[in-house]
Amino acid sequence: MLIYFGFGILVLSFLLALFASGAAAYGYFARAAAWVESSRRAMQLTFPLITLAVVSLVYLLVTGHYEVKYVYTVTSDSMPLYLKITALWGGQAGSLLFWSWLLSAFASAVTLRRWERDREFLPWVVVVTAVTLAFFLSLSVFFENPFDRWWLLPGGEAVGAMFQPAGSGAAFPPDGRGLNPLLRHPGMIIHPPMLYLGFVSFVIPYAFAMAALVTGRSDDRWIRITRRWTLVAWLFLSLGLVLGMRWAYDVLGWGGYWGWDPVENAALMPWLIGTPFLHTTIIQEKRGVFKQLNMALIILTYLMVIIGTFLTRSGVLSSVHAFAQSAIGPMFFAFIALTAILSFALLIRRWNDLKGEIILDRLLSREALFLLAAVVFLSVFFIVAYGVFSPLVYEIVTNQKITFGPPWYERATAPLLGLLMLLMGVAPLSAWGYSNARTLGRAIWKPALPTALVPLALAWLGIRNPIALTGFTLVGFVLFVTLYEYGRGVRGRMKANRETVFQALGRLFVRNRRRYGGYLIHVAMVVMAVGILGIELFQSETQRSLAIGDEIELGGYTLRYDSLARFPYTDGRLVTRAELSVYQDGRFLVTLAPRYDLYPDGQPMTIPGIYSTLADDLYVVLVNWENPLASQTPFKVYHNPLVNWLWIGSLIFIGGMILTAWPPKEREREG
Amino acid sequence: MSKPFHIVLFLVLLFVSLAAHPSPVLAQQATPSDDEVNAIARQLFCPVCENTPLDVCPTEACRQWRELIRQMLAEGRSEEEIIRYFVDNYGARVLAEPPRQGVNWIFYLVPPLAFLTGLFLLGRGFYDWRQKARQAAAQASPPSPAAADEYAARLEEELRKRR
Repeated sequence: MLIYFGFGILVLSFLLALFASGAAAYGYFARAAAWVESSRRAMQLTFPLITLAVVSLVYLLVTGHYEVKYVYTVTSDSMPLYLKITALWGGQAGSLLFWSWLLSAFASAVTLRRWERDREFLPWVVVVTAVTLAFFLSLSVFFENPFDRWWLLPGGEAVGAMFQPAGSGAAFPPDGRGLNPLLRHPGMIIHPPMLYLGFVSFVIPYAFAMAALVTGRSDDRWIRITRRWTLVAWLFLSLGLVLGMRWAYDVLGWGGYWGWDPVENAALMPWLIGTPFLHTTIIQEKRGVFKQLNMALIILTYLMVIIGTFLTRSGVLSSVHAFAQSAIGPMFFAFIALTAILSFALLIRRWNDLKGEIILDRLLSREALFLLAAVVFLSVFFIVAYGVFSPLVYEIVTNQKITFGPPWYERATAPLLGLLMLLMGVAPLSAWGYSNARTLGRAIWKPALPTALVPLALAWLGIRNPIALTGFTLVGFVLFVTLYEYGRGVRGRMKANRETVFQALGRLFVRNRRRYGGYLIHVAMVVMAVGILGIELFQSETQRSLAIGDEIELGGYTLRYDSLARFPYTDGRLVTRAELSVYQDGRFLVTLAPRYDLYPDGQPMTIPGIYSTLADDLYVVLVNWENPLASQTPFKVYHNPLVNWLWIGSLIFIGGMILTAWPPKEREREG
Repeated sequence: MSKPFHIVLFLVLLFVSLAAHPSPVLAQQATPSDDEVNAIARQLFCPVCENTPLDVCPTEACRQWRELIRQMLAEGRSEEEIIRYFVDNYGARVLAEPPRQGVNWIFYLVPPLAFLTGLFLLGRGFYDWRQKARQAAAQASPPSPAAADEYAARLEEELRKRR
């Protein structure tokens, strides 16, 4: 019963979203405020409705209704409760519903705001969000229905369908297949919602941008309204990416965190457009320039959000032929093409209205440097997109496959990422509108002096790798520039307002959250860069089969293989667990226990044993796949220098983001 | 001479000849280490497992490939030969990046060209902006150099205070 209720609600929500988009457009053209109001209420109603559908599905998941195909695919009796709940986004159909649910929440929330000043935007914000919502709901209703149930055909074959096929009988499997073990990790449980929250929040600024284009408003009102949405979208997207990295590091057992896999790249692409967008919108607010660029960037971000979902959900990545066979692939493709054509056509129509109000002729002004950074970001984006799509095009043209692995991406993007770090250092020192080599030079020399010591110190430590020397020097530069900027701000406040250091620092953040919070994010980025440089340039590894008592040495550590145990776990998996003692200079440090879990369905999972310090990680994998003998167990050991700074940087990043996005108190807002 | 003597003589001669000339046959028999195998496997991708380098892929197919690499190393084949063997048998997709030949060069030339195009467009934009600024300045009455200096100095002073 609940199955049909859930599906019915989905259909109703889909119709409501269609109605909302139609009513809003009609209301706009017919100047009928009642229709616009009606569309707004319809949009608000989608949220409670889809919530009901989601609650129904969660209930089915938790209570083990395995006659529902989706429930059967992602849960089983042995799974703990929290995993059964989070299985909502553990599979295709559920995650599409989850996407729609988040979008309806955001779209409803945005229609609840006070619209007095921006009444004309309302209908088009509703049109864009409702069309997007209707599209995703249509995928759930027609192609990937999470409420499909199992039917047994006369031939004994089981099929998933909403309604009973002729001659078939209802099937009630006693237990489900269970969630893919790789996904049973805290990182993987939080990672998809974060990513989706990021994806979905970007729909809101895009909707406002489209509203501004349609209504012909060329000011920066749409940016001001959606600034916080953009920040929140960017925060969640970044969090989603970092959690994905951590998951890969902890679960995949290959000693790394980022493999330039197309699925990873699909999430990175909107980030690579969203980041310059975040910066160039500041310039539009301050200087009234880059209106065309900002429009183009938000359109691209939205398209990348949809394309990212498309790439990971249509099967196109495994093969273009899988795409043709998948039901939702062509739908996605049509939607993306249509959105792209319509959005850019609108932008071209308004192109002249969006011309800048001032002339940008100072090459070293802050806006010019932001623009240069945007070009670099767009280039990195282009490279990533080129690497993702080239194999697909190659396969279509030659009918052969081709691989774009990490070496290709790293070579193409590394110099650009270095340039971005340099810009991160220089731009905060430049002034809006007016800056030349002399003024910039005067600002740079102070942070440049301590920076010059970085390569010397590294050379003294014996580091000769030119990429490492350049990279760490840039890290030092950004850190010193940021410290210098904070110092200048604090000193200014102390002098002007007679404040103590801490008062001044605190108020600096409160009064100018975006600027000083933004600097903290810069610090986070370069701290993350320390981790990335460390593991990319100095990672070492070795693999050997050991007998009990044997030792293996790597990166100044000695590991002694102590014991091996094999036992079944309560949820049915067979655990193989080794214990190794770690020593450094003859001193015992820790016991590591790398594991190899084999799930009943044959899916293996390799959990590394990790000894983590600020200087390095010792990362041990039990490479069970190499058929261990009773006397010899194969281990792979990685020494990952500095990698912890990647995670520390992410924590600073979250702090900086929250500081920047936190809503100001009313008093501050007025001031 | 008896048959056993023949055999003993043959074995002695064989041993002496082998000991005197450590032929490649013997050297090849030492089993290559996991690290030696992984050094090559790291550069390869199997056709089944999407985007997983061969050295860390847990599937049975990949394990067999690694054993094949070990065997070929034991036979004394070089890294290039082994990689070429996999490319010849399974296509260029086993490589971590497209082979640099023929039309594939576009995969290597387009990324830097894209960045350079971006830089060029940016440079041209600035040039146009400067031209416009110059024209605007020429149309307006030129301020005296002393006044301009004074203005710049004041602006800088204020900017310094603001920061």
